[in-house]
Amino acid sequence: MSETPVFETQELLYTYPSAARPALAGVSLRVDRGALYAVIGPNGSGKSTLLKLLLGALMAESGSVGYSGRPLGDWSRRSLAQEIGVVPQGEEVAFPVTVREMVEMGRYPHLGLLGRPGATDRDAIDEAMTRCDVLEFADRPISSLSGGERQRALIARALAQQPGALVLDEPTVSLDIRHEMEIFELLAHLTSVDGKTVVLVTHHLNLAARYAGRLLLLDEGAPVAEGTPSEVLTRETVERVYRWPVVVGVHGGPGRDAGTPQIVPLASQDQRSST
Amino acid sequence: MSTRNTIRLLFLALAVGAALVASIAFGAADLPLGDVVEALRGGGEETTRTIVVDLRLPRGVLALLVGGALALAGAVYQALLRNPLAEPFLLGVSGGAAIGAVTAVVLGWNLIASWSLPLAAFVGALFAIALVLYIASRAGRSLDTRVLLLTGVVIGTFFNAAILLMLSFAPAETFRSAVFWMMGSLAAADWPAVLVLAGYLVPAMIALLLMARPLNLLAMGEETALYLGTRVERVKLAAYVIASLLVAAAVAVSGVIGFVGLVIPHAIRLAWGSDHQLLLPASVLAGGGFLLLADAVARTAAAPTELPVGVITALIGVPLFVVLLVRRAV
Repeated sequence: MSETPVFETQELLYTYPSAARPALAGVSLRVDRGALYAVIGPNGSGKSTLLKLLLGALMAESGSVGYSGRPLGDWSRRSLAQEIGVVPQGEEVAFPVTVREMVEMGRYPHLGLLGRPGATDRDAIDEAMTRCDVLEFADRPISSLSGGERQRALIARALAQQPGALVLDEPTVSLDIRHEMEIFELLAHLTSVDGKTVVLVTHHLNLAARYAGRLLLLDEGAPVAEGTPSEVLTRETVERVYRWPVVVGVHGGPGRDAGTPQIVPLASQDQRSST
Repeated sequence: MSTRNTIRLLFLALAVGAALVASIAFGAADLPLGDVVEALRGGGEETTRTIVVDLRLPRGVLALLVGGALALAGAVYQALLRNPLAEPFLLGVSGGAAIGAVTAVVLGWNLIASWSLPLAAFVGALFAIALVLYIASRAGRSLDTRVLLLTGVVIGTFFNAAILLMLSFAPAETFRSAVFWMMGSLAAADWPAVLVLAGYLVPAMIALLLMARPLNLLAMGEETALYLGTRVERVKLAAYVIASLLVAAAVAVSGVIGFVGLVIPHAIRLAWGSDHQLLLPASVLAGGGFLLLADAVARTAAAPTELPVGVITALIGVPLFVVLLVRRAV
């Protein structure tokens, strides 16, 4: 009955060169088609390392990574790039590039070295730019954009790849409420309507709880909990991993995400009164 | 390639063609443009035809090849190292070539056979490339471009010190000819040399032009390039080796002609943006055209004395570039 998972890992172990302890150990996960899967955890808990292993940017010391039922090593870089769109964190352009030029690069995996862009490519670029609402600044250099505009442009490039899966490393960092919500809404739409699979790393536990079907909570490179938001985000687990007192409420709605757990970290006054 | 970029390249190619004809007209004996065109088509007087076809045309073609190779290599280094200050001689290739050339001059090989100097310079440049690559690859499993940059710069500095050491024991005349070689000249142009060089440079240039898309991605960062389907290590190695081989040949025949490789790519970027699909071919054309004009000035400004063309490229190029930079910034 079980369908082939999009991403699957078994007991991943990875240690950075000259590091004393592993950055990631014992991580097994399975992400099904059409899922929105969030990886959460404190700073330095191995979230970005896990993404790099999933994408083949790092090679695990032991354990395995598979994409779409085949070991990652069986995929060429180009065919992976036709399948997976990535929004990395902190990309710095070396020379001035316009938004449109950057989104066009999303087509390179389909074009190869010399393929001439055709109607399919232009349509993919236009659609991606429309969906991410970047058309109005298409001809501006990336360096002149605000944080939110830049992030939308990066997502547009990933969508222009027309991938089956999207992997995003903290896509809403430094965005205001509206831009943050727009990106989560877009990701939700991509999974529920377009059937794409999304894996993202985020620090926004409450948004992860509302939008993701499943969460993986990492701490010091090890998996602490995996499952639905209500299973993972309990007061006991969150306080232990983040080392800070919280209360866990329930999102009262309105909206389809009513009932999801919502975390409120306590201020020092509240801590005193609660002890 | 978009229609707009195709038109830009065609325009640039026409301008370079016109510059070639015009540069042939200038020289110790100025020729009317009509006679130049007539000679190029195989007519006109015998002496005019000799000057045009056997002397000035090969020199013009050499300038186009060397200038194009240097500007292209500069653009590729800048993308590869993600550093706007990168230029063809940054990574020690010129130092290696100069060691070879100075060795040939000091030992007097160039008096025995004229081709021994460019050959020695070429071998020296290849040695420098191999040495830098060896050291950089020993420093890590993958080719770290920051390590490559540091290695290239220190090896170049070491070579320069070695050259000065050799020259401090050399007679004054040797010293002078070595220094002139290092300032760059296209005077060695004849058809056999130009054809050999073209047979070597043109395929290497085509190989680099084919890497425009991977270089676009590398300029965005190595991780991004990987996620967009680039075999990053392979592309970096190929771009470094091929660009360095271009520089090795250019420096072997014409000495160290500075400035073209640094500033031509930036001028194109300022005018037309950073897409390597346009930047690389435009750098070839503009670099070639620029060196052609600089050489025409070097030949004629103080005739019959020939000025070092490397001096002219900087003297003309720096003010031009400053104007471009300031106009863009306003």
